[in-house]
Amino acid sequence: MTEPVLSVRNLQVEFASRRGTLRAIDDVSFDIAKGEVLGVVGESGAGKSVTGLSVIGLIDPPGRIAGGEIRLAGLRIDNLPPEQMRRIRGKRIGMIFQDPLTSLNPLYKVGDQIVETIRTHLNLSEQAARRRAIDLLAEVGIPAPEKRIDGYPHEFSGGMRQRVVIALAICAEPEVIIADEPTTALDVSVQAQIISLIKRLGRDHGTAVMLVTHDMGVIAETSDRVAVMYAGRIAEIGPVQDVVRNPLHPYAKGLMGAIPTLAGEDKRLVQIPGSMPRLSAIPRGCSFNPRCAFAFDRCRVERPEPQPRGAQSVACHLYDTVPAESAA
Amino acid sequence: MLAFTLRRIVQAIAVMFAVGIIAFSMFRFAGDPVNQMVGQDTTIAEREAIRRSLGLDDPVILQFSHYAANAAQFKFGISYQFRLPVTDLLIERMPATLELAICATVFAMVFGILMGVYSALKRDTVLAKLFQAVSLVGISLPTFLIGILLIYLFAVTLGWLPSFGRGEVVKLGWWTTGLLTLSGLKALIMPSITLGLFQMTLIMRLVRAEMLEVLRTDYIRFARARGLTTRAIHFGHALKNTLIPVITVAGLQFGSVIAFSIITETVFQWPGMGLLFVQAVQNVDIPIMAAYLLMVSLIFVTINLVVDILYTVVDPRLRATVGRAA
Amino acid sequence: MSDAVVSNSDKQGAQPTRAAQSWFSRALDSDLFYSFRRSKLTMVAAAITVLFFLLAIFASALAVQNPFDPAQLQLMNSRISPLWTADGQSPFLLGTDEQGRDVFSAILYGMRISLAVGVAGVIFAGALGIGLGLIAGYFGGAVDGVIMRIADVQLTFPAILIALLVNGIAKSILGNRLDATSMLVVLVISIGLSFWVGYARTVRGSVMVEKNKDYVAAAQLIGLPAPKIMLRHVLPNTMGPILVIATINLALAIITEATLSFLGVGLPDTMPSLGTLIRIGNNYLFAGEWWIVAFPGLALAALILSINLLGDWLRDALNPKLR
Repeated sequence: MTEPVLSVRNLQVEFASRRGTLRAIDDVSFDIAKGEVLGVVGESGAGKSVTGLSVIGLIDPPGRIAGGEIRLAGLRIDNLPPEQMRRIRGKRIGMIFQDPLTSLNPLYKVGDQIVETIRTHLNLSEQAARRRAIDLLAEVGIPAPEKRIDGYPHEFSGGMRQRVVIALAICAEPEVIIADEPTTALDVSVQAQIISLIKRLGRDHGTAVMLVTHDMGVIAETSDRVAVMYAGRIAEIGPVQDVVRNPLHPYAKGLMGAIPTLAGEDKRLVQIPGSMPRLSAIPRGCSFNPRCAFAFDRCRVERPEPQPRGAQSVACHLYDTVPAESAA
Repeated sequence: MLAFTLRRIVQAIAVMFAVGIIAFSMFRFAGDPVNQMVGQDTTIAEREAIRRSLGLDDPVILQFSHYAANAAQFKFGISYQFRLPVTDLLIERMPATLELAICATVFAMVFGILMGVYSALKRDTVLAKLFQAVSLVGISLPTFLIGILLIYLFAVTLGWLPSFGRGEVVKLGWWTTGLLTLSGLKALIMPSITLGLFQMTLIMRLVRAEMLEVLRTDYIRFARARGLTTRAIHFGHALKNTLIPVITVAGLQFGSVIAFSIITETVFQWPGMGLLFVQAVQNVDIPIMAAYLLMVSLIFVTINLVVDILYTVVDPRLRATVGRAA
Repeated sequence: MSDAVVSNSDKQGAQPTRAAQSWFSRALDSDLFYSFRRSKLTMVAAAITVLFFLLAIFASALAVQNPFDPAQLQLMNSRISPLWTADGQSPFLLGTDEQGRDVFSAILYGMRISLAVGVAGVIFAGALGIGLGLIAGYFGGAVDGVIMRIADVQLTFPAILIALLVNGIAKSILGNRLDATSMLVVLVISIGLSFWVGYARTVRGSVMVEKNKDYVAAAQLIGLPAPKIMLRHVLPNTMGPILVIATINLALAIITEATLSFLGVGLPDTMPSLGTLIRIGNNYLFAGEWWIVAFPGLALAALILSINLLGDWLRDALNPKLR
């Protein structure tokens, strides 16, 4: 296996608040290879977006990366000086935000925003950058790009705006794209188009994609591998078929049970009782234990560490090599 | 766009109509115009004759329409104090007030924007905190105190600047200007600062708040995610989005500046409309008060109208919604 | 996103304990009190404000003379410079003016008048604004339209202009009958009429919201007086914003009174407020008698600055969005 494009090791992110420090990300590790799509799934507040923002270096105070490291093609980027990190953003790591309606500056023509980004990262003339902007708009599927390039954002529909945002994210051929809930704010009919666009771009350019979403359906359709996050930690990570068909972690089982399938009409949709803990009140031991049907004494005192099991990796005491007696 | 403009013009006329009723009521009902015009020894019969000649016995509606028709031609009657047409008095003093108001606005905009941008971008620096403190003092100190303080410092103690008046003025047709002589310019400095200081703090606070708001928006986050330079983000994206509401407010404030010049003109004995108005209030010279109210209202309404229309020209979003609504 | 996580969890944590407690203990436990204790500047401002109110209330006990009583003034004591200067004389701590009036005593009495006019003006503006806001919100339609249009138009004019106009009209109507006491009333009315809009808008908005709630319809159905019940909901909801407006308005009202008096259309020399004292003192500035204007000016500035600081803090503390 070649070296991963993006490698995150033991990442910790903390937020200082009036009532003490809150740990939003705790000991998260994952890799993404060239051309691979990693889906990151979990409930809101599980730390998916924060993980994405830390990779691109946009965690704002009072938040900070408190530990671990992030490597981009071997280069450590979590502790780069701001100016060097700035050069990486948009050039080597692109980002797509959730809401295309607010991601574009309403006072600038879309073309100017693309040209500005291209010229920040590539040494191109105004005309060359403009030609490239038109090509990019065509590539992301905007009709009549040579005309639309002079339009203002409000003249585009939501789906078209998200295409512009994607064009902006890929305009300097980044090695990694972080897509943070790229379809959540869009109509269902447009969602599939955007997803297939992101997938196609990843394949055509060999870009590694980190796709953050709470929608398991999107992940199943798009991703090669999937990471299930819960309360700031990765509960389970593995190839998408394995995790979807044979989830190991009780939380992942619950999540997969919550996907409606056409085949399993007889099965009732499973619901996970309770809700995710607040960051200020994460339970001792395994953070999932209060909601877990299989929890036993050890889960309430000792935090499970991720351990490999086949192609998957799971953080759960049920799969400890030396099982405790009550586990059976 | 046209329908929008027309609607705003109709609104403006409605406001002027309402102000006209107030001005007329002041003129007609607050105090007796006849009493103000005659001496002690005028007989009742003579008074009646004057009443009739002024049309004060006509139905109120008719009187109002006379008043409105006259006001529309800028005829506001005769000042009780000066026995001169109010219009002449106002026109004579208008250049002084407008020059002062413009200088004060320019001063307020330039320094307000610079200080606001700085204190938004360098939020935790000593200088930014100093600006914040200055702005609080600027809002808290009454205008006249600032004027007195400046006079004491620069006129009484240091003797650098004149403490009152416009200095030497040059006549350009009916307009008189102090901008062309050294003494005129020197005389402008302190009144402009006094008058502009409050607006400056207002603009500074607004720029700061607006800029911080803009810096939190998604498109600024996205601009950062695109790796744009800090300079491009701050001065390209954030500043442009900040300045639109700021310029609108500053424009709208120009009317207030003219009204506030009442105080500044009194402190510096500046021969403008504001000083005339204060003297009118002191001496219960109703025609001048009514005329001043109408003039200032007209300026307010016109500025509001122009700013509203300009706003839609500057902001493409508004242009679109207005266009659709029309 | 990340910030939202943090602040949400904060608030949820605080909520359940709150509902059960009384208003007062809740206030002590609140974010408001917390932010008050955390801001030293606010505490100083509060202390100065309270001190000035106390000085004003006990002015007659603290002053060395009654500056309104001509019998107590002696011309031989005129234009004495402050105590610590070479020509200072006891008991005139801050010197005297041209009539032999002790500047310190005059400030105490002037402060009393400035605060009285300011507070009365704010109460009048508040009563007027809350009343009109309730009427506009409850009746809606044309009544609402007329009241709020007037508010809109008035809001475009600076308060000082409105106060000056009201002042001029009152003078014109009252003519010679205008003595110092009735001038006080005229000032309160001028200020009240200049500042009612803020209250009216706040209250109207809250009434509009409450009016559409189910309990109002339910109350009407079973024949209970809906306005009375709504009032019980509307007023507590608007308490916070009204308090903020009132605090900031108090500073503005004091400035407006001082400005009117400075312009010579406010309180007469026989009943001087801080503004009047500054106008009188201003005439002696060129003669080098700076103390006659400086100390009243300083007192006025400190008073307004303190109230503004309190208002700023209140606004920020009651508006979690800005925190």
